[in-house]
Amino acid sequence: MHDPLGISRRRRRAVVWLAGLLAATALTIVVAVGLGAAYVSPGTVAQILGHHLLGLPEPGWKATEEAIVWKVRLPRVLLGALVGAGLSVTGMALQAMVRNLLADPYLLGINSGASSGAAAAILFGAGTGLGAYALPGSAFLGALAASFLVFALARSGGRVTSLRLLLSGVAVGYLLYGLTSFLIFASGSAEGARSVMFWLLGSLGLAQWDGLLAVAAVAVLATTILLTLSGRGLDALAIGDETAHTLGISPDRLRTALLVVVALTVGVVVSAAGSIGFVGLVVPHLARRAVGSSHAIAVPAAALMGAILLVWADVLARTLLQPQEIPIGIVTALLGAPFLIVLIRRFAPRDV
Amino acid sequence: MIEASGLSWTYGDTTVIEEVDLASHEGRVLGLIGPNGSGKTTLLRLLYGALRGRGTVEIDGDPLAGLSAKETARRLAVVVQEAGAETTLTAGEMVLLGRTPHLSAFARAGARDLEIAAEALERVGATHLGPRSFAALSGGERQRVLIAQALAQEATHLLLDEPTNHLDIRYQHEVLSLVRKLGTTAVVVLHDLNLAARYCDDLVLLDRRRVAARGTVEEVLRPEILEPVYGIDIERLELRGEIHLLFRPAS
Repeated sequence: MHDPLGISRRRRRAVVWLAGLLAATALTIVVAVGLGAAYVSPGTVAQILGHHLLGLPEPGWKATEEAIVWKVRLPRVLLGALVGAGLSVTGMALQAMVRNLLADPYLLGINSGASSGAAAAILFGAGTGLGAYALPGSAFLGALAASFLVFALARSGGRVTSLRLLLSGVAVGYLLYGLTSFLIFASGSAEGARSVMFWLLGSLGLAQWDGLLAVAAVAVLATTILLTLSGRGLDALAIGDETAHTLGISPDRLRTALLVVVALTVGVVVSAAGSIGFVGLVVPHLARRAVGSSHAIAVPAAALMGAILLVWADVLARTLLQPQEIPIGIVTALLGAPFLIVLIRRFAPRDV
Repeated sequence: MIEASGLSWTYGDTTVIEEVDLASHEGRVLGLIGPNGSGKTTLLRLLYGALRGRGTVEIDGDPLAGLSAKETARRLAVVVQEAGAETTLTAGEMVLLGRTPHLSAFARAGARDLEIAAEALERVGATHLGPRSFAALSGGERQRVLIAQALAQEATHLLLDEPTNHLDIRYQHEVLSLVRKLGTTAVVVLHDLNLAARYCDDLVLLDRRRVAARGTVEEVLRPEILEPVYGIDIERLELRGEIHLLFRPAS
């Protein structure tokens, strides 16, 4: 077919990539569920999942295996996939919105806000009215407060410019980081400080079949779909406000609308899993390298890549120092930072 | 046609444009010329609504202020300076973005849009650039791709902000003769008076925020009009019916 724009070819290539990534995600989930202190073979995992999801007959497995797979590991792996996807797509959207390749989901100060909320909950019992959801609930409230603050600071004369957004995010981030440290210091509880530290470094340990998992699923899936559909708008914003304007898009209105969605999703993700670094920064670059920069294609690719990466990072976190569990943020930092270094080295001089 | 009257724009305490009237005519190329800081780019941005100042702009008789961003983009295609310098999109993807004002927010570009974008790329003679990375193109190639993007917009007016900036002399002529050949109603901000002489039909000369002269190229490019504005001695030659200006430091 005649294709001077090279776009049909790109689209076909993207379909192949997305199909491959989807298969890899499914495979990752089945294998990762089996890995851990007690090994369950992928075949058995598939049978158990088939039984629960599709009502297939029970060919016989140990009750403990079923409990491990269904009750313990599957929610954890699913949460990992959702968190990875959520961080990756929001990171990609923010990089486009502020036109900065170093932007990540925590740009809006959301993780420091959530950290303050979590510290208040762990150390001072904030949000006990929320019952089992006290920790994620107050982390979410902290995240919301932080992003609202960043937003209010960045907004001037009805406009949210990229530079103001970046600066406000940094300022609020430092402020809340200070607040969290102060809370830890003021509580004087060594054990509390340790649990806050553990939370700050991120963990999927809280995962279970509960409302939190459902909320994360809805938020991440809806955001991924919305950002994919808004691909052209993101493309235009990434080029510049002036270009967006001349193409008939109101850059301020689009940026504001997307920022609200992104802030809510990152808030949910951080509340569920703590602040896991580098995924939202590195995965968008990987996705663009694989399928190109057009957001309608790059966003779903980033979602799947992020899901796969985070699930494997969690497998390492669970198994490397068995029976002790390493906070997943340590794993993503140790894996992600060298990645970023390679990326920097590969940038042509004119790009930097 | 674009008709502006009483346009003014102040930034803080500084008036950048004051009481400017202008009209661009069907199928003609209007050049906005003037020294640095005379307000050319600001005037252009007022014309396409990136800035809202005092005064009115009408496009084919409809006030710009009453048109939505999308409707405006269907009538005015704009080539802004240095657009996309940092993008990682391909040239083809850039051109296809020109279809944005014709698509609803969430719709994907369809076969017809791809066709129109491919035609636009062909009209600027850049078909071979489609799959290449936009940022890796030369200045002249980028400018042609941006013009193709504007063409894909299928707007009735084309506005260009210093399209020859940073281009080698050959590409300066290439880009402007392309604009001429398209035959669309165009408004071009230009620095170089000899390029204006060659490629524009009408000119508006700005001097310190105000219109110093307006009219056809023949009427505006006269030493007695230009010398006080630019502060330089100017001699006008006509060779084979074309106007050429020669410059010498003011004596």
